[in-house]
Amino acid sequence: MSKGNLTRRGVLKTGAVAGAGLALPTYLSAQESGFTNAPTGSTVTLGFNVPQSGPYADEGADELRAYELAVEHLNGEGDGGMLNTFSSKALQGSGILGKKVEYVTGDTQTKSDAARASAKSMIEKDGAVMITGGSSSGVAVAVQALCQEAGVIFMAGLTHSNDTTGKDKRANGFRHFFNSYMSGAALAPVLAANYGTDRKAYHLTADYNWGYTTEEAVKSSTEAMGWETVGTVLTPLTQTDFSSYITPVLQSDADVLVLNHYGGNMVNSLTNAVQFGLRDRVVNGKNFEIVVPLYSRLMAKGAGANVKGIFGSTNWHWSLQDEGSKQFVQSFGTKYGFPPSQAAHTCYVQALLYADAVERAGSFQPCAVVEALEGFEFDGMGNGPTLYRAEDHQCFKDVLVVKGKENPTSEFDLLEIVEVTPVDQVTYAPDHPQFAGGALGSCNNGA
Amino acid sequence: MDAIILQILNGLDKGSAYALIALGLTLIFGTLGVVNFAHGALFMIGAFCAVTLSRLLSLSHKVEVPGATDFLGNPQMRDVPYIYDIFGESLGASIIDWAVPLSILFAIPVMILIGVIMERGLIKHFYKRPHADQILVTFGLAIVLQEIIKYYYGANPIPTPAPAAFVGSFDFGALIGFEAGQIIYPYWRLVYFAFAALIIGAVFAFLQFTTFGMVVRAGMADRETVGLLGINIDKRFTIMFGLAAAVAGLAGVMYTPINSPNYHMGMDFLVLSFVVVVVGGMGSLPGAVLAGFLLGILESFASMREVIAIIPGINQVIIYLVAIIILLTRPRGLMGRKGVMED
Amino acid sequence: MFGLDKKDASLLLIVAVLVAFAPFFLNPFPEGSGWAQFNAGYPDLMQRFVIFGIFAIGFNILFGLTGYLSFGHAAFLGVGSYAAVWMFKLLSMNVIPAIALAVITAGAFALIIGYVSLRRSGIYFSILTLAFAQMSFALAYSVLTPITGGETGLQLALDDPRIFGGAATEGNIPVPGFFGLEMRDSAQLVLGNWVFTFNVGYYFAAIIMLLSFYLSIRIFRSPFGMMLRAVKSNQQRLNYTGLNPRPYTLAAFVISGMYAGLAGGLMASMDPLAGAERMFWTASGEVVLMTILGGVGTLIGPVLGAGMIKYMENIISKINSDILHSWFAFLPDGLEDLVVTLIYPFIGKGWHLTLGIVFMLVVIFLPGGLVQGGQKLAGLFGRKKAQEPKNATTEPAE
Repeated sequence: MSKGNLTRRGVLKTGAVAGAGLALPTYLSAQESGFTNAPTGSTVTLGFNVPQSGPYADEGADELRAYELAVEHLNGEGDGGMLNTFSSKALQGSGILGKKVEYVTGDTQTKSDAARASAKSMIEKDGAVMITGGSSSGVAVAVQALCQEAGVIFMAGLTHSNDTTGKDKRANGFRHFFNSYMSGAALAPVLAANYGTDRKAYHLTADYNWGYTTEEAVKSSTEAMGWETVGTVLTPLTQTDFSSYITPVLQSDADVLVLNHYGGNMVNSLTNAVQFGLRDRVVNGKNFEIVVPLYSRLMAKGAGANVKGIFGSTNWHWSLQDEGSKQFVQSFGTKYGFPPSQAAHTCYVQALLYADAVERAGSFQPCAVVEALEGFEFDGMGNGPTLYRAEDHQCFKDVLVVKGKENPTSEFDLLEIVEVTPVDQVTYAPDHPQFAGGALGSCNNGA
Repeated sequence: MDAIILQILNGLDKGSAYALIALGLTLIFGTLGVVNFAHGALFMIGAFCAVTLSRLLSLSHKVEVPGATDFLGNPQMRDVPYIYDIFGESLGASIIDWAVPLSILFAIPVMILIGVIMERGLIKHFYKRPHADQILVTFGLAIVLQEIIKYYYGANPIPTPAPAAFVGSFDFGALIGFEAGQIIYPYWRLVYFAFAALIIGAVFAFLQFTTFGMVVRAGMADRETVGLLGINIDKRFTIMFGLAAAVAGLAGVMYTPINSPNYHMGMDFLVLSFVVVVVGGMGSLPGAVLAGFLLGILESFASMREVIAIIPGINQVIIYLVAIIILLTRPRGLMGRKGVMED
Repeated sequence: MFGLDKKDASLLLIVAVLVAFAPFFLNPFPEGSGWAQFNAGYPDLMQRFVIFGIFAIGFNILFGLTGYLSFGHAAFLGVGSYAAVWMFKLLSMNVIPAIALAVITAGAFALIIGYVSLRRSGIYFSILTLAFAQMSFALAYSVLTPITGGETGLQLALDDPRIFGGAATEGNIPVPGFFGLEMRDSAQLVLGNWVFTFNVGYYFAAIIMLLSFYLSIRIFRSPFGMMLRAVKSNQQRLNYTGLNPRPYTLAAFVISGMYAGLAGGLMASMDPLAGAERMFWTASGEVVLMTILGGVGTLIGPVLGAGMIKYMENIISKINSDILHSWFAFLPDGLEDLVVTLIYPFIGKGWHLTLGIVFMLVVIFLPGGLVQGGQKLAGLFGRKKAQEPKNATTEPAE
């Protein structure tokens, strides 16, 4: 019996075994380090949990590419990417705390059960010390809760619902991506400037948590600008043909349609809305307009020419001209041959931020990492000066308002940046009503 | 009033898709007695026939755009379809523009071929096997077909627009005495409805007025006797399978401009089309069509704000609720025959 | 033994031994070797094996015996998990009340749906159950969000009441346990390069699974089971003899729904979260596939089918191209790339493809499911005595 370091596996907790009265020689690997999955050898394992099947598989594939790139850069291979522009210089390209970064991957299937199963296997079997990724809020919230319980860090991928850092926030979870509130706050002034302040809006909203928070955010911030909301209708997640939701818009006196939809829902509802000639309509003497609060370039591609001229918001876009973005686009584009998506960007940044926090904390211990990330201010990651707020573990940074491009020069050139909304305009108090309820709790080291 | 007419149009349009898929499904159910879980995949493959053809037509070579650079700072390249070189730019562009209607010609032979291969290669061996085995094998097949498409085309929806001539809306209200601009409806959706009606009519005429159809109908009623009469019913059933596949495929081709196709669109329709077939009544072709249109129209009405305000969430469950009510009041669906798939 | 005949008793014994030593069987490869990727002996997956085993055993009581194919069984599992999580939120973190309520709620739910759906048979019955389950899913995902948590699922929170103690400790939510024994506790045994994990939750679920398995054998062998088989083989004849089959089928439906609820309650106990996707039609389809894959109407088949599907989902999906490259690193570069390119579509994100192919191969070559494969293997090795008593392998449903 060796006390070998060959096992990368951490022990959840030692304890009695039910019902089996084992008289076997049991090596109780008490965690000297005192936290789950403390890396023991010369490597550290991170878990990349992204959708690889189901409707968001392409987004997941892009996230995975970004993670592979991040691992390369952390281990000192490639051109270093954003490590060159990141304001914190703790990372040297020698892994994390001198340990080479390895990773495991899993499929969330965009189902909370499958995502948790996959994350659990990373924690229990592969000894992952951090889980990151995902492309929907349902999955992010579920995996975040799991990581809190197991005592590992969760760095959320693409998740836009207010709840992730609102009522479902957890001390071990961190979100770099922006949220519904920020979308609303960034969009409203641009919409008012372009479409006037006396508009009548009609909302079609996906009938689940993310849809609710987005509708609420856009509604309250546009109403503050003087818009009137004349109707809101919830649409089932499984809906594919939105015609029966769009014809009532023709009947109403609304002159703006807001589509609080994402992914396949967004592609279909937008395609249908344009099909029904909404964009050619003139109501109340004004041109009818459509707004898509959360844009994703990968998804916009599915809607083809229909996105032209339509406003929305996004976390990041590859055409940004700051040094960090240029570096990232350069190294991603050189490796894969096309520019990264916003999902890829947020995942790449999250991986780097985690590594940096560990380096600064000098330990992989979750509570130390949490402390290093809380209130951390940084720059050079593509979104300008950014703050990881301690109260809710949400990043505060500039938000992009974009518009579907009229004359794209390539298949990636679908969106143009209309305005970079400064961070002050999208900042809210931690106890803002849209984020009410829930508690952060305290960090958990597990073990 | 105009709101109601619009919802009826929406319902007919949705119903067209349901009816077409259910028609093919019930042909296979009725003639071959096979529970085909891969039928949705056939619909999806039909849609991807359109995607494939438009990709084939737009096969391109790269030409450098002078003075411009791409995101990495390399010279910007522009795609020029080979078809421009052959037919000239304007004719070439309009051929690409008409890719979806052209795909009908492309999809018919492809789908019949796929159907025949499926039947001869796989389904044939499962006629005498329990339904449970048929479910497992066709479900497995559906997953495999889906994953192959995903491997080549990715998971995101692929925009496949209708020809420019069909973009825009038609003032339907003016036809029936409404003011101009009251009831306008997209051209392509009207085309879809007309196309569905045409296909349904053709299938019915084929079964009703040809000798072939007569034999197949006889085979549906009593397969053994027809076999005893010395008629090779197996061969005809193979052709029926090909036909059902073609109907599903055409439904898919024409659906692409309405919603951008993706690899799992078949699964999205699968459960619904089973509900439609069963509500229509097992083994009844008119029942399947009727149920398709009925559920389409009811679904449209249930999504109206006025209706949701009275019963919240009704739009989420309407189809299933109606299915339950119909099956409880009419034991064999709308027009089902006794003894089909009841044990 | 336990009122079973010799064959059944030995089957139960074999299963018990397999389950007890599963942490060894499922971890055949040493840590750190390339093959360790195929090890399935970690708590979460082992728990899933037995929990889905229970779900499939229950489903088989309905489908295998009566031939009624329910296409909405996942609804009961979902309802069970919601009930269990609510118990954790309101009462205490002890798993016993949670599981009890899960079984009762699922049973009541099954009684209502069964009462309505069993008025029809064949495919009409299947579609009725499907319709109920899809309605449950759609409502749980949207309108019922305050009760079910909607998209994000129902979770525990720091400020849950939990009347009987189990208050949050140091800002962390307590974990489910069995009178102080936490479900996530594990002990590890290190032998050389091998690591074996013994998890409280797994053994807890395993004992329940053995009890459920025992109960299902008793049902299969009881006069009640005979009645159910009679329903399957010829319901009309049963009617003519003056017997009303409805109470029997309804009882089978409710029992089977309670098994599903039990599985749901256990799932919530191992991992306190309940999501609406558990009730989606694909989840109902999965248990149908598990049962057919393993062998309809056999005692052990459904458990094997469940294990097979969950293994593919959790192990094959995690193999990525890097791992492939490390496996074939011994080959010359060009050949290595070729081999990796050939295998890559079937693993990782392509795991669904492999699953589909397995379904087809099994049903084409092993009409009786995996159990038949086992029998063939046993036959190959000259063991004349088939493992499964003949009367357990009733014909699958028509």
